[in-house]
Amino acid sequence: MMSSRFIRNVRLGIKTLLLHKMRSILTMLGMVFGVGAVIAMLAVGEGASKQALDQIRRLGSQNIIINSQKPIGQASSGSMQVRMNIYGLLYDDLTRIEQSFSTIERTVPAKLIRGQGRVAGRTLELRLVGTTPNWFELVSRDLLVGRVMTDLDIKNNASVVVLTEHGARKLLVGQTTIGSQVLINQGYFTVVGVIKSESTQSGTMQTPDQEIDAYIPLNVAIERFGDMAVTRSSGSRSRELIELHQLIVQVDSINNVESTAAGIERMLSNFHPKGDYRMSVPLALLRQAKATQRTFNIVLGSIAGISLLIGGIGIMNIMLASVTERTREIGVRRAIGARRKQIIGQFLIETVVLSVTGGFIGIGIGILIPWLITMFADMPTVVTLWSVLLSVVISIGVGVIFGMYPAMRAANLDPIVALRHE
Amino acid sequence: MTQSNADQPDANHVIELHEVWKTYRMGSQDVHALAGVSLTIERGSFWAISGASGSGKSTMLNLLGCLDRPSKGRYALEGQDTATTSDDELSDLRLKHLGFVFQSFNLIAQLTVQENIELPLFYQGVDAKVAAQKACDIAERVGLSDRLSHRPTELSGGQQQRVAIARALSNNPSVLLADEPTGNLDTATGDSIMKLLTELHEQGKTIMMVTHEPEIANHAQYQLVMRDGKIESVTQNPRFSAAVVTA
Repeated sequence: MMSSRFIRNVRLGIKTLLLHKMRSILTMLGMVFGVGAVIAMLAVGEGASKQALDQIRRLGSQNIIINSQKPIGQASSGSMQVRMNIYGLLYDDLTRIEQSFSTIERTVPAKLIRGQGRVAGRTLELRLVGTTPNWFELVSRDLLVGRVMTDLDIKNNASVVVLTEHGARKLLVGQTTIGSQVLINQGYFTVVGVIKSESTQSGTMQTPDQEIDAYIPLNVAIERFGDMAVTRSSGSRSRELIELHQLIVQVDSINNVESTAAGIERMLSNFHPKGDYRMSVPLALLRQAKATQRTFNIVLGSIAGISLLIGGIGIMNIMLASVTERTREIGVRRAIGARRKQIIGQFLIETVVLSVTGGFIGIGIGILIPWLITMFADMPTVVTLWSVLLSVVISIGVGVIFGMYPAMRAANLDPIVALRHE
Repeated sequence: MTQSNADQPDANHVIELHEVWKTYRMGSQDVHALAGVSLTIERGSFWAISGASGSGKSTMLNLLGCLDRPSKGRYALEGQDTATTSDDELSDLRLKHLGFVFQSFNLIAQLTVQENIELPLFYQGVDAKVAAQKACDIAERVGLSDRLSHRPTELSGGQQQRVAIARALSNNPSVLLADEPTGNLDTATGDSIMKLLTELHEQGKTIMMVTHEPEIANHAQYQLVMRDGKIESVTQNPRFSAAVVTA
């Protein structure tokens, strides 16, 4: 009974609002744009942050990545001059780090050497990664065929190589994959496996693997290619002597990441006063990205709050005008026997119908806009369920809050005065 | 519904006014819109209230209509005293016992004829189907069966007033209160409305009608004239014979 009366009240509210279609639409606009903007902005923000967080997460939140870096002020300058730069992480650093911290799960050293792969006349620029089997546990990628590097390979100084899908496709067209010989920088390596690569780059953060990688045992890399690298650029030759290009440290738990990173930093700075290394901690970046996202959400929330406030005030304004316009109707209803509560209910329902209808149109727009952005600007957007649910709740809330005052005003009219109103 | 009352056991008295005062404060002065009015209305009687403007007839109607409470004195509707009732209780009294007919019809524009007639039933919480059936019956009684789905604005003045009367009747009230029911109508239409009210009276409805037109007042059983907040005279229409006057 109560609910059937409620339904009739809603139907009556809709009917009354339809009587002034244009006015109702204009009244709803504030809600439409408010809710639409909230959902669209949240979707864009969520999309951007999800992308960033995904990338950071792919770096491994338990990892600490240390890269060798040419120290500032030691850049090779002067034309025709042959210089040698000695810098970067040392094999000793690896040992020291491994021995000093009990919180370390595993370490992955890497020598990164530019190289050229050659199979049956096909060539491909490669990044040779001299590393240990740990690499494949830390940077876990799908194994497409064959196997990854093993401890036995290290022990045997085996000239084996694991290629990426990209490398295999470029080099091994028409060849048997496993067991093929690839000529890399004047040495033959046997392909033992092919893995997938998920290389992506965002700003300064990059995944450890690249799609032009070719993984060989670290000791083989040292033996075959040494620590010297020669780069030629516009007539000048520069030589660089770097023992390890990269060191990835995986910490046993997320809680220990920051303390371990600080410890490693302290230790490395003792041995490397020139600062010829760079440390990055994905977890710190993740925290930072989350903090940024929180700030972003607060800003969005404020904008949303203001626009909804304006929308609500717009609705209240129109409802107050409506109450004045319908004073006589209110008087008649009261004379017939409607209680104050029922008058409040009637006007409140009208306001809520307005705000919720506006809210739903806003949700539609808020879903459409991110879709268009993704379609035409190729930006990732994520419309979250909670933002939609929140919008529905807010729409009802705005209707109730801003409808209450006009409704109370209607209900508190003296029926005698209301009936006499012209 | 009808309460047994020790003071007034007569259930035939729909309305009882005893020494009713209504006083407004205008600046530093007290203005007595009603100054000690006593009146008993018997069930089934038809009254016309007239008087110059400022005589207190509007105040009287507001009071009778439970839109207002007396400042002093006792007003009982169906044996129920209105002096101490809350706003909600007054609303319930109106909903249960009263039907209003106004000079300017006061139909609700966004509702159809049927929905207007059903309005009191809606507030009473009557089932929609029952209410619709009742509205149809009453519409037939006032001669509007073929206009149920129309909007008030599509009807003539006379038809609108019939809808208003139907609305006032739909809750089967004890008293029908009419405020200048023919004031906005031409003579012929006014006559037809008076004919309808007379019919309702003949069917046993109690009707209290405020009017300043003697010809209209002449349709009533009793003519009550107000002056300066007091009842100046009550005359029985000679056309109606057997009835008791109490004033």
